[in-house]
Amino acid sequence: MNFPSNLKYTSQHEWILVNGTSAKIGITDFAQSELGDVVYVELAPVGKKVHAGESLGTIEAVKTVAELFAPVSGEVIGLNDAMKNTPEILNKDPYGEGWMVQLRITDVKELESLMDADAYKKLVGQ
Amino acid sequence: MPFFPNTDEDRREMLKQIGARGLDDLLTNIPASIRLRDGLALPKALSEMEVLKELQGLASQNQGAEAVVSFLGGGAYDHFIPAAVSAILSRSEFYTAYTPYQAEVSQGTLQAIYEYQSMICSLTGMDAANASMYDGGSAVAEAALLAVRHTDRKELVIAGKVHPRHLEIVRTYTQGWEVSFRQVPLREGRTDLAALKKIVMDKTAAVLVQQPNFYGCLEDVDEIGKIAQEAGALFIVSVDPISLGLLAPPGSYGADVVVGEGQSLGIPLSFGGPYLGIFALKDFLIRKIPGRLSGITVDSDGKRGFTLTLQTREQHIRREKATSNICTNQGLMMLAACVYLSLMGKEGIPEVARLCLLKSHYLAQEIAKIPGFRLKWDQPFFKEFVVELSKSPSTILERLSKKGVLGGIDISQYDRGVEGLLIAVTEKRTREEMDRLVMELKAV
Repeated sequence: MNFPSNLKYTSQHEWILVNGTSAKIGITDFAQSELGDVVYVELAPVGKKVHAGESLGTIEAVKTVAELFAPVSGEVIGLNDAMKNTPEILNKDPYGEGWMVQLRITDVKELESLMDADAYKKLVGQ
Repeated sequence: MPFFPNTDEDRREMLKQIGARGLDDLLTNIPASIRLRDGLALPKALSEMEVLKELQGLASQNQGAEAVVSFLGGGAYDHFIPAAVSAILSRSEFYTAYTPYQAEVSQGTLQAIYEYQSMICSLTGMDAANASMYDGGSAVAEAALLAVRHTDRKELVIAGKVHPRHLEIVRTYTQGWEVSFRQVPLREGRTDLAALKKIVMDKTAAVLVQQPNFYGCLEDVDEIGKIAQEAGALFIVSVDPISLGLLAPPGSYGADVVVGEGQSLGIPLSFGGPYLGIFALKDFLIRKIPGRLSGITVDSDGKRGFTLTLQTREQHIRREKATSNICTNQGLMMLAACVYLSLMGKEGIPEVARLCLLKSHYLAQEIAKIPGFRLKWDQPFFKEFVVELSKSPSTILERLSKKGVLGGIDISQYDRGVEGLLIAVTEKRTREEMDRLVMELKAV
């Protein structure tokens, strides 16, 4: 199981890759393996503003639906088009091509409360 | 699999196994003070013969459609039901089948649902149909909920005369939702288009129209659809499925959601139910469709099979985020519609529709000749029309009823201040029956 060290993590199994004031968000390798085959993804539209912990969309697997939560507050400035027609990319490449939402961060300080790779690894018992 | 109840011996063994002395031992966590002590106060048990007599006595107070000549409409109609429908419905494989969550043992049910869904799509011109709702009214309500969720708008515009009972159900379903309703006034028995244009705006979630409308009149659905589309609202059409044998399918004039009452498709009147809710929509809304969907697929051996699909919309998976809490369908009635549609086919349904159209127009024409009677509105209609009369409809209806004729519906019960008699004519009404009604109306 993969836990890239350059990412930050949430207890709800999202990862965030910060790049200045914007960031890319997705779900972890652990999350995708728990979900099983992803069949459909629905994401908040570009322009939507969220607080940390609010929903950015839903991820549908065959037997369950999971929510994607915003690790930090911000505004949606980009969506991964691949989610529309090839949602299975979440299973194949959760940290790379399987990124989901691009967010403009409104409060950089919120990043400090997120976990690093080791802490997240411990959380999921790996 | 046959059902075997537990014997006293079984119960003794089970109690012994868990170390209980008697059934009372299993109830010790219910306080003794509230436990029933003296048994239920039921009357003495009757024999099979006595029960039959009592129930037959009650049943004989009902009047079936075969005992009267019915011109009643208003959402439920006396259409002919071929014997094949009950012959297939009463087969125990269908009659006792459980809900098809386990695909491997439910292929018959799932295939029937798939065929039904396909025929509804064909009939309505829509991309997808579900396995059915309980009835037309709840289908309309679910369509309204879908529109509010999809558009994120709060206003429902009712174009013209939609079935009042259906609207009541919509209000029930939207309780606590902060949804508002705008009723577009009628002009000569159908939607006032000028008024509709003014009412529909960017806060309209959906425009709902019934075709034919509750008074039987044909609405200008092309125009109504355009107005809805221009405002970015969903266009919901509630249909009479038999009328689609002649009228353009709603899919061809821009409907986003099609709903309707399927009772006309091989389902008896049964004093109001069970009936059948038709629900179909365009592809872009498929993830928001309520109820269940049967899909076609292949099994691990590559053989064709059927299964429930897109279940992640449903409540047992999505819980409070589900778009509907219906986790069932009207299985047996759906099967009746399935048998009826496939038996009547692409020639039979238009034939039934044609007979309804011709007969209702004959009767309307003859009634209009009677002094003191006139058609309330000069509008195209399908199988129902409203007659204005010089006397009160209730006295006329009572006199007719005593002669075994159910003459129609007094519409003032639905619309205070609107007088008239709503008369429906199906393919079952003969010329003799219609002429007789005319004769009785003349004599009033």
